[in-house]
Amino acid sequence: MRFVLSVFLGALALAVVASPASAQSGSATLDAVKARGYLMCGVSDGLAGFSNPDAQGNWSGLDVDFCRAIAAAIFDDPNAVRFTPSTAKERFTALQSGEFDLLSRNTTWTMQRDIALGFTFAGIIYYDGQGFIVRGAEGTTSALQLNGATVCTQSGTTTELNIADYFTANNMTYELLTFEKEAEALQAYDEGRCDAYTTDQSGLYAARLEMRNADEHIILPEIISKEPLGPLVRQGDDRWADIVRWVLFAQINAEELGVTSANVGEMTGSSNPEIRRLLGVEGEFGASMGLTNDWAVRIIRHMGNYGEMFERNVGEGSILKIARGINALWSKGGLQYAPPVR
Amino acid sequence: MAMSPKREPIWADARLRGFVLQALFLAAVVALLAMFALNAAENLRALNRASGFGFLDQVAGFDIAFHLIDYGRASTFLDALWVGLLNTLLVAVIGIVLATVLGFLLGIGQLSSNWLVAKLATAYIEFVRNVPLLLQIFFWYFSMMSPLPRPQSAIEIGGVAFLSNRGLFVPRIEGVEGSGLFLIVLAACVSAFFLLRRLSHKRRERTGTPLPMLPISLGLLAIVPAAAFFLTGVPFTADIPVLAGRNFTGGMAITPELIALVLALSLYTASYIGEIVRSGIEGVPKGQAEASAALGLSRGQRLRLVIIPQAMRIIIPPLTSQYLNLTKNSSLAAAIAFPDLVHVFAGTALNQTGQAIEILAITMIIYLAISLLTSLAMNVYNARIQLKER
Repeated sequence: MRFVLSVFLGALALAVVASPASAQSGSATLDAVKARGYLMCGVSDGLAGFSNPDAQGNWSGLDVDFCRAIAAAIFDDPNAVRFTPSTAKERFTALQSGEFDLLSRNTTWTMQRDIALGFTFAGIIYYDGQGFIVRGAEGTTSALQLNGATVCTQSGTTTELNIADYFTANNMTYELLTFEKEAEALQAYDEGRCDAYTTDQSGLYAARLEMRNADEHIILPEIISKEPLGPLVRQGDDRWADIVRWVLFAQINAEELGVTSANVGEMTGSSNPEIRRLLGVEGEFGASMGLTNDWAVRIIRHMGNYGEMFERNVGEGSILKIARGINALWSKGGLQYAPPVR
Repeated sequence: MAMSPKREPIWADARLRGFVLQALFLAAVVALLAMFALNAAENLRALNRASGFGFLDQVAGFDIAFHLIDYGRASTFLDALWVGLLNTLLVAVIGIVLATVLGFLLGIGQLSSNWLVAKLATAYIEFVRNVPLLLQIFFWYFSMMSPLPRPQSAIEIGGVAFLSNRGLFVPRIEGVEGSGLFLIVLAACVSAFFLLRRLSHKRRERTGTPLPMLPISLGLLAIVPAAAFFLTGVPFTADIPVLAGRNFTGGMAITPELIALVLALSLYTASYIGEIVRSGIEGVPKGQAEASAALGLSRGQRLRLVIIPQAMRIIIPPLTSQYLNLTKNSSLAAAIAFPDLVHVFAGTALNQTGQAIEILAITMIIYLAISLLTSLAMNVYNARIQLKER
């Protein structure tokens, strides 16, 4: 019922309160964030590696760190963020009704969300795809052996559509059990109600750690969909979307140029013009966005470049130990590529 | 001083004044609602968001595990709405029947002269009423999961039904040629039986001797239907579930989600109905029970013929609100993946289309309609059993 209530309140807010997004000079959202003194960021209700609170309520993860990077760019303080967890079902209504300034919540960029829901996706922070986890003892080695399977998943995501497409395309039957919350979906799978559990592959690594006996479960090799995950904002404030987009680009460019949290201080003295522009030694790039010119220095000093953020949260430095794979830089055979600062 | 006849001012007319004020109030409410609707439409346009009800004809693109009507990924959002609605009604109807039966047993049990029965009923009611319903749903769902075997080692019931953690698979009875004729004969026999029973009642009241009901019921309910069954050539086949790969196919599946939801809802609501029934029975004046005892009625007859009919007048109104509660509580189904109306339509469909206002409006109107129809039916019943004042 909490979901229905929040959606209802969101709908009511749309009906009663929200005035049409006005086109002020600059970014209304940025002005509001500065006046408020902190950033409001929508995250997941708990997904290891992406946004996960610990027992003390401290959030960690890739999506969380990205919000901190934006706060660092604006306030030079990565802790000037308030995180609001939202379920897969609630997230869009919550963003639409202004509960947060951006949604950084392992959310797949789809055409329908971009256009019909009235959002702007600011970039792709993680290239993901939907996969399956099964009990290894049952001898399943490929998703094509899942004919007749019962599959558990969480509702409110693209997975419900992807799995319908995949099983139809491969002439297989299946039964999908969609749970409101991930915790119950995982528990039902772990109890044996389902043959497989499906979600984005990055989520499967996190899910495996939740199982009673993690070693019994294997992640099948097939990726059945494209799931480009990225931060998104409400449509109508293009300048704000630009800021979110360029914070991500700055982190990717920094990795490519070898600027890390450890060496960013000395890098400001670099003679490389690309580095000098990125770090604000040359040009007025930060000021043109309504930030300070050392915006990228702030981001990298506090949160590191993209590679550092990846390794710390989902890569080798984390419990998930996901390989960079297609999330490596374009120059290293991956897909991460950022336009130049110039 | 002469009083000149004075015309009353127009606002002094209480009826006219009341009418105008009511009309003004209604106009204000309508205007407010219209403002909400226009403002919402305007804002949605400004936010570049899709609106309107056109999405109902679009392909839904997702599957629903439990559906009473044909449904697949190529079905429309409107079909999904129907699937959800029928599932909600299924849970509500089964739940109401079970909760009523158990509730009446609990209510009567609480007043039992048997100490153990009375205390057990009271303990049950106090315990179940005071534990949150969502917890009870989870309890039944997950506690039935562990003891149940995998489909490959399902518990076989007479070779035709199978119980596993995929649910209870039972044979599905399908009519073949001649089944229509048989059903018509059966319906005719049953209605003839009820008609004759009524006649028999009337005759007993008039003359003191009833019709010979034993041979009549034997003939109408057993011999004629049995003859028709074989004469039409046994017009039914049973589709028996068989294990194929990972799961059973064929037959009819009663899923653990449905069982857990219905069980939790009816056990929970029964505890409230038990209290309603007890208070209803205790609300009947003691003299009624004593008088009927004095007339020589047995304990069962006293309850059935004197107490319960009078208690029903007290029981029905609060019972109605329990039925409505049960129906509305069925929306907790989403927590254990049972595809009810809220889960399928106000959940998945909302998420895929993003049209929150339209979908929530439809969902709320449907729940309102279900509730009003239930209330109407119960009010009609209530009016029928009210004290007849002649």
